[in-house]
Amino acid sequence: MEINLSAGLFTPEKNFLQFDESTVYDTVIVGGGPAGLTAAVYCMRKGLAAGIIIKDMGGQVAETAGIENYLGFRYVNGAELVDKFREQVLQFGIAFREGATVTSIQDGSVKRLVLDDGTSVSTRTVIIASGKSWRRLGVKGERELTGRGVAYCSTCDAPFFAGKDVAVVGGGNSGIESAIDLAKVASRVVLVQNLDSLTADRILVDRLGEYGNVEIIYGHGVTEILGEERVRGVSIRSVGTGETRNLEVQGIFIEIGLVPNSGFVKGLLEMNESGEIVVDSACATSRPGIFAAGDVTSVPFKQIIIAGGEGAKAALSAAEYILTQK
Amino acid sequence: MALFDDTVRNQLKTILARMGDPVTMVFFSQEIECFTCRDTRSFIEEIASLNEKLKVQTYNLVTDKEKAAQHDIDKVPAILLLDGKGGDTGIRFYGIPGGYEINSFLNALLETSGKREPLPKAVAERIAAIDRDVHIQVFVSLGCPYCPNAVSTAHRLALENGKIRADMVETATFPHLAVKYNVSGVPKVVMNEKHDFTGAQPITTFLDVMEKL
Repeated sequence: MEINLSAGLFTPEKNFLQFDESTVYDTVIVGGGPAGLTAAVYCMRKGLAAGIIIKDMGGQVAETAGIENYLGFRYVNGAELVDKFREQVLQFGIAFREGATVTSIQDGSVKRLVLDDGTSVSTRTVIIASGKSWRRLGVKGERELTGRGVAYCSTCDAPFFAGKDVAVVGGGNSGIESAIDLAKVASRVVLVQNLDSLTADRILVDRLGEYGNVEIIYGHGVTEILGEERVRGVSIRSVGTGETRNLEVQGIFIEIGLVPNSGFVKGLLEMNESGEIVVDSACATSRPGIFAAGDVTSVPFKQIIIAGGEGAKAALSAAEYILTQK
Repeated sequence: MALFDDTVRNQLKTILARMGDPVTMVFFSQEIECFTCRDTRSFIEEIASLNEKLKVQTYNLVTDKEKAAQHDIDKVPAILLLDGKGGDTGIRFYGIPGGYEINSFLNALLETSGKREPLPKAVAERIAAIDRDVHIQVFVSLGCPYCPNAVSTAHRLALENGKIRADMVETATFPHLAVKYNVSGVPKVVMNEKHDFTGAQPITTFLDVMEKL
């Protein structure tokens, strides 16, 4: 039997403090991925009164199987690396809240962060490191049929499609990995890619080629997911001719990349056309005292090591900003 | 056969060393027709051997009918947790909590032993205000990294309010239930048979649904 133990989840939390609603913190970090956790270590070492609000500990790293490009580790699995990050934050008495989401920020010389449970936190500076999450297709039927045949996690949900016909949308690495997971159990897999070729790594495409039950449709996008109680098909349209046709499938896995979790600061901070928060080389945003780091920002290349470095920079910028204000 | 290697065994020991009060794992099995009962029994026994605060009681769904009825157990393998005073916590695991679910299982043991993170006041008040019986079923697959969160949220609700019962249901062990409740994505949360949502949602979403039951 396989065991996926996340030992770090259970480290004693005696150093973690509860947020105090009447305190004005020096800085509050939003996000618990590599950017947020690195920022936390830097803020605490600078002696700031800091807090961190985390929706999902580790962010995307926690869902990553193997990591081979984070220096110091030739190979480490995501859960293990998150455990180590967390342990390093744990040595400090940082105000800590897990499982909560910030819904809005009220700007001012003291900023107020409003959380989804109705509580709020006051702080002089904010470091936004809220990362990215799965992109939705945004077509009719998608939201209504999520969990009824529309899926986003093949390692979670592939077993429910054993012996069925399924579609996978997306020809990047995650699309191909998902198609491989499904090809093992489903009777037929149709991969829908809007480009004329796959963008996934060669090694994955070769692996997918070993399965005889996979069909790839190039140059098509999904326009609608059909079905009432459950998915019974998808409509696809040719990018070239505009011609539409239906595929009969009982499931659809959507693997079309990520979107920044920046909705809660929409209208407050400058963003690029992808919805990423625009930052300068010191991680400053368009508002004084608000900094951002990692995948949620306009910094190119989303990598663990880059997010970590950006988190450090954002923390040092916040510390410097506080000095100039005092 | 040992289910855990030495590294995992040591990690589990360290985690369980934090337990406060003793916890009893009540295991229901049925030797005939239960493919996974034997593994689940080894799982429970191995875990119990790692800390003296853990006790095991084993019953048979068929021959111990009354005990099963007392705790409303209708399928096996089942694990339910009793707190230090022997009270039923409302926490149930149907199917072996292996894979990622080891995390929700350990969390349930620690929380039952009294090691709970404090809840925000507003959330605690909403939980306390639930005054009708709520039965939460959280459907999971063992390869799902998001599922333990949903299971732990449901179990925490059960711990906080005696009106709430919360089950983890492992879909590979109970495929007929996955079909019955139309599970095609996990975690799927079903409340009182009729209300459901998919995905690891925050505790406030559980409460939103519960308050409308």
